[in-house]
Amino acid sequence: MAAAKTSSQAGAPTEQTSRQILLRGLLQENPALRQMLGLCPTLAVTTAVFNGLGMGLATTFVLVCSEVAVSLLRKVIPSSVRIPAYITIIASFVTLVMMVVEAYLPALNDALGIYLPLIVVNCIVLGRAEMFASKHGPAQAALDGLGMGVGFTLSLVLMSAIRELLGAGTLCGLQVLPPFVEPMLIMVMPAGGFAVLGVLIAASVWFEHRGDHAADSTEGPSRSLCAACPLDCGLADPSDEDCARDELVNKLEAAVAKANLTGSNKGADKVADKDADEGDAKGGEA
Amino acid sequence: MAEYASILFSMILVNNFVLVKFLGICPFLGVSKKFDSAVGMGAAVTLVMVLAIAVTWPLQQLLDAWGLQYLQTIVFILVIATLVQLLEMAMKRFLPPLHASLGVFLPLITTNCAVLGVAILTIDEGYDYPQALVAGLGAGLGFLLAMVLFSGVRRTLEEAEPPEAFRGMPITLIAAAITTMSFMGFSGVIDHLFGA
Repeated sequence: MAAAKTSSQAGAPTEQTSRQILLRGLLQENPALRQMLGLCPTLAVTTAVFNGLGMGLATTFVLVCSEVAVSLLRKVIPSSVRIPAYITIIASFVTLVMMVVEAYLPALNDALGIYLPLIVVNCIVLGRAEMFASKHGPAQAALDGLGMGVGFTLSLVLMSAIRELLGAGTLCGLQVLPPFVEPMLIMVMPAGGFAVLGVLIAASVWFEHRGDHAADSTEGPSRSLCAACPLDCGLADPSDEDCARDELVNKLEAAVAKANLTGSNKGADKVADKDADEGDAKGGEA
Repeated sequence: MAEYASILFSMILVNNFVLVKFLGICPFLGVSKKFDSAVGMGAAVTLVMVLAIAVTWPLQQLLDAWGLQYLQTIVFILVIATLVQLLEMAMKRFLPPLHASLGVFLPLITTNCAVLGVAILTIDEGYDYPQALVAGLGAGLGFLLAMVLFSGVRRTLEEAEPPEAFRGMPITLIAAAITTMSFMGFSGVIDHLFGA
């Protein structure tokens, strides 16, 4: 799985059929459950199915539009200013969505609140613009955006269905559980969000690996570098051949070690830690 | 004074940005492995939040005056991105020791939803300028507190042996759920303390 993923990212565009591009986002590279991107809205708005669906569709729209726009402009934008340019493109489409939702769906606007403008900083959108749209044609970019968006929407709906059912006893606003079942209020509170997401990710890992118990257990997909790397969103260039995380980990370690060396004599500890971390990262990559 | 204290502590404890409002989850899960990096990231975010509000709040007044509120998102994100870039350059030039400890975290903050979140939130809440600055400080300190607490939790977590499917991220999220539960105990505290 990890190997397939790296090759699909690094490989030439012609290697993938449109069907693969579209279906990849659903489970195999599901943004929320697999790549751990865009966790903030995933956790925050999934208290009711309606909200989860609205957020998912809004994000899908922004994803498709901004990927197409980035793809069309990919030869015009100089690479040194590409990130600000992408952010501006994304922010324009988010503003568009905000205006539409505010005008026609005031209830959804109230429910999503601050998380609607925050689609701008959703790691998925910038991540796909940088990793996919900037290297592929508009048609493929649109398919990729659609696939990732639908995958994101599905995971949001699944998660909000679980939380709404357990936390309020309803589904899409309709009473489902019999009234004598006391709703578990914790599920619609923040703590429930973390717990449900954790269980869902574990379930998706188990679902994919239920066949191959012979495989090395320490190297599940959640351990592979990009899948378990929530840092992607903050980085300028996660598609580098040497995954930016390695570099980042080294940078962080170096800075921390340096700061510590000046203050105390824990230098030896830090070096040992750093070595251990590097080994871990290499292991995940192999 | 009580009013500012109320805003500050409610931002830190009751409306904790990471654990209650789910903003800035990416750095929370990504950089909280070690105590030192958790402190560095938390301090950098606090600094950027206060500076971002110091710039975006007056800008919003301009947008309001010119009837351009719909440009809020675009303007804020670009201003914050520029600000972070300038801050890094200035720090490198004038405060090299600080840059060595906080500098590496700054580029990560540009697309951190917590910073844009706090900028928009203070506008939505209708705070005046000093109140907004205090709210930014509170949000940053709350982020720092959550990062530091959670880096301790994760240290213990690394020695645990959860079921195979739960290794890595899932068990971390469940630990975060329990950490969040502890923060639920603070709801109501502020009202009682400051009688707001």
